[in-house]
Amino acid sequence: MAERKFRVVHYLNQFFGQVGGEDKANIPPEARDGALGPGMGLKAALGPEAEIVGTVICGDGYFAENIETATAQTMELVKKFNPDLVVAGPAFNAGRYGTACGAVCVAAQEQLKIPALTAMFAENPGVDLYKKELYIVATGDSAASMRQALPKMAALMLKLLRGESIGHPDEEGYIARGIRKNIIADKPGAARAVDMLVAKVKGEPFTSELPMPKFDRVAPNPPIKDMTQATIALVTSGGIVPSSNPDRIEASSATKFGKYNIAGVDDLTSEAYETAHGGYDPTYANNDPDRVVPLDVLRDLEREGKIAQVFDYFYSTVGNGTSVANSAQFGAEIAQDLKEAGVDAVLLTST
Amino acid sequence: MVKEIERAGLPVVHMCTVIPISLTVGANRIVPTVAIPYPLGNPELTAEKEKALRRQLVIAGLQALETPVDGQKVFEQ
Repeated sequence: MAERKFRVVHYLNQFFGQVGGEDKANIPPEARDGALGPGMGLKAALGPEAEIVGTVICGDGYFAENIETATAQTMELVKKFNPDLVVAGPAFNAGRYGTACGAVCVAAQEQLKIPALTAMFAENPGVDLYKKELYIVATGDSAASMRQALPKMAALMLKLLRGESIGHPDEEGYIARGIRKNIIADKPGAARAVDMLVAKVKGEPFTSELPMPKFDRVAPNPPIKDMTQATIALVTSGGIVPSSNPDRIEASSATKFGKYNIAGVDDLTSEAYETAHGGYDPTYANNDPDRVVPLDVLRDLEREGKIAQVFDYFYSTVGNGTSVANSAQFGAEIAQDLKEAGVDAVLLTST
Repeated sequence: MVKEIERAGLPVVHMCTVIPISLTVGANRIVPTVAIPYPLGNPELTAEKEKALRRQLVIAGLQALETPVDGQKVFEQ
């Protein structure tokens, strides 16, 4: 007797769902029957046991700007397919998409009480947001790694669907969730600890059984006491640069930041400035760069004496898939510069 | 970048749209903005109203910089 196939619903953004690019990032959730885009590859990898009965597509901008509403609207569409599992992505390094994938999967687990799975690059903001609650398959940082991602996703999906136990993150290919599982070891803990210490003292390699968590919170600095005496600097990850992007800041995965003289500039105009950022619809920023770096308003406030002065330079990079390491380095260099120049506080805008 | 600027000793406010990301990354002073492609704008408004909105948001940012905080705080408008 033929067994019923498992029913899977796939969540995709507007790009992988073949609706459009950034120009369609604002579309609300919509449903399609069957598999599409990367779903076709996933379907092949899943084999005969499971089928992708439906796909729900939502614009990355719409989702990220309306997380609660978009999640609710997506779940309405997902429910209609009566799935046994929801899969989202892979989102690779796309931050809005990773956030959406995570939100949809968590909702599926909570509301439909079914397993869910997503996939993205380790630095995707969606990972830190959701890894404790979800299985997130680790992927490369771009769609170039689609071919490797899909079989790993399919394998884990089938285990979840069959109710099989899920092994160690390294074996199964998902990002460690920080969940501790008791196992019987070959030696008592005291003996293992001594072995590890001996190895460490000898300079031999050892692997910590529990990686020490990195708590990287920075305490907030005291507030500005008198804003009328303060020099305020503008910094952005929204990619606003002088027209033609003379420093060639990359549209994604930026390897540099720019420092631009705005002494005597009252307003960022569309003739003199543009955005280099490839991760959002550039139309609005190009038409009026003040929408991302609010110089016009800050100048007004300076003229009115609400702040002492706008710092003569603004700093810009592109925060689109830019690595944490690079971002931290840019931040540290910019901060040094600002301190040496006697800046008092910073408005940092992001897109 | 926000954290490194804070670490260097400068008060900094993160003006952004996807608040959960800013919170997870660890910004302390956060002001929610309008939308991803136009955080400090709104193309659906007249130029005058849009600038007024931008002014409101920037003032909120400056007020956040003047406010003592213990940890992370989202300054909702």
